[in-house]
Amino acid sequence: MKPINAAVVDLKQLDLLADGDSSIHTLDSRAKVLVTLVFIVSVVSFDRYEIIRLLPFFVYPAVIIVLASLPPLYIARKIALVSPFIIMVGLFNPLFDRDVLYQIGQVEISGGWTSLFSLLTRSLLTVSAAFILVGTTGFTAVCQALQRLGTPQIFTVQLLFLHRYILVLADETDRASRARELRSCGKKGLGVTSFGSLTGHLLLRTWLQADRIHTAMLARGFTGRFHVSRQSCFGANELLYLLGWSLLFISLRTATLSDTIGALFS
Amino acid sequence: MSHHIVEARNLQHIYPDGTIAIKDVSFRITHGESVAIIGANGAGKSTLLQHLNGCLYPTSGQIRIGDTLLTKSTLPDIRRTVGMVFQYPDDQLFMPTVFEDVAFGPLNQGLSGSDLEERVTEALTRVGAEHLRIKPPYHLSGGEKKRVAIATVLAMSPDILVMDEPTSGLDPFSRRQLMALLLEFKHTKIFTSHDLDMVLDLCQRTIILHNGMIMADGPTDEIFKNDTLLAACRLEKPLSMQGCPLCSADCATKPGN
Ligand SMILES: Nc1ncnc2c1ncn2[C@@H]1O[C@H](COP(=O)(O)OP(=O)(O)OP(=O)(O)O)[C@@H](O)[C@H]1O
Ligand SMILES: [Mg+2]
Repeated sequence: MKPINAAVVDLKQLDLLADGDSSIHTLDSRAKVLVTLVFIVSVVSFDRYEIIRLLPFFVYPAVIIVLASLPPLYIARKIALVSPFIIMVGLFNPLFDRDVLYQIGQVEISGGWTSLFSLLTRSLLTVSAAFILVGTTGFTAVCQALQRLGTPQIFTVQLLFLHRYILVLADETDRASRARELRSCGKKGLGVTSFGSLTGHLLLRTWLQADRIHTAMLARGFTGRFHVSRQSCFGANELLYLLGWSLLFISLRTATLSDTIGALFS
Repeated sequence: MSHHIVEARNLQHIYPDGTIAIKDVSFRITHGESVAIIGANGAGKSTLLQHLNGCLYPTSGQIRIGDTLLTKSTLPDIRRTVGMVFQYPDDQLFMPTVFEDVAFGPLNQGLSGSDLEERVTEALTRVGAEHLRIKPPYHLSGGEKKRVAIATVLAMSPDILVMDEPTSGLDPFSRRQLMALLLEFKHTKIFTSHDLDMVLDLCQRTIILHNGMIMADGPTDEIFKNDTLLAACRLEKPLSMQGCPLCSADCATKPGN
């Protein structure tokens, strides 16, 4: 079960990336959360057949990856991990939507294929934005920012616990599957039958473990308030960051910018 | 300071599956006492300890810390007073780095900036783990995890220290270091251990738990002299009280000794 193991360690490493101290890392987390929200809304709100006008949005992840010196390969691998799910979601588009939308020479491109690619592009953009947010801010700080922006505490604490729970589940999965592997003598274990009980066992174990960790948090005075070691406030830099990116995204979305660029080339 | 008194009255705990882990346990531990709770595997030691800061609720009976009865409403106060180190460090460490993990408690207590930094560094230094501060807890060795788990509790400067098998998995040097640290801690401390030599060194008082009941509660040296009691509770004398067969054989063969 190597892939699971690797994925977990990777997921944890994402949080570790947030320890950096680049100019992006030190920005107030609220500014980064807001920019990410504007980015996602702009990208998602495009028409379902749109591809070309989505492309300029890749500037944002590219710039942040460079400025925050995040490992690009690592982010790419993370995104590759989720892309099968996206393809699954959009898989039937080409089957159902056969109207020809573009004609390039002899090749006809149907609306279904176009919308599948559009979906892929949009997912790539939003997923990378989310990873970049966590990688430059840290999950706890993201939750804290959401709370400071007015999200109810019950929601942000749930979010934090969900994140913890996934890590714990992955950890337990890894341990259980290793134990199973070691005692299945190179065979596939007992196949499906042992897999069923393994899963049930796992869910129980994870639940108990998550409960114990919750107890440990309570025992150390956790009251639902987030504390982040990096102190920051919303200053001029944050305002500039927020306004700059938001303006860019909104003008890209409302086409004023791409029209001007388009006009330059035509 | 009556604050540091720990009292259990007719404590009973039945797990949801029907296991009776603790039956009618009562004791009173006063300020500054150092008490060991020993017993065989499954005797109920961990279950008992987890009642002391409200991680488990008694099926019947009560716990008092100082003058306060442990209830849902007094729980936050009691958790501030009682610092608890769990048997398995994996249950205790949950933040992305060691530093953040140790800082978690103090942050909740309202510390920040250089005070926080100082508190965390001090706690880590006391367990000899300051070089691990930037590591993620899941990359530590078993003993290192244990030391960091102890630091997370020390960093909160509790009035009462409760530890479940603090020396299990530690190398001899760390074990000595921890024993010195515990000697230094002048407030009430309660711990379970299978390391009976440590118990002999650190605790004036010992409670033997067997099948969820208290079989003995008294001065440590007296309890360890009682062979029949120890055998009945699946325990053995500490090694230091057993006399070393190798050395005594040595002495017998060497002339002039
Ligand atoms: N969550 C649980 N549900 C049901 N039974 C439990 C649970 N946890 C522990 N027990 C049972 O309660 C009894 C006491 O367990 P406990 O963990 O307190 O033992 P212990 O004295 O700490 O042992 P050890 O020296 O091995 O740590 C055991 O018989 C155990 O099987
Ligand atoms: Mg135990």
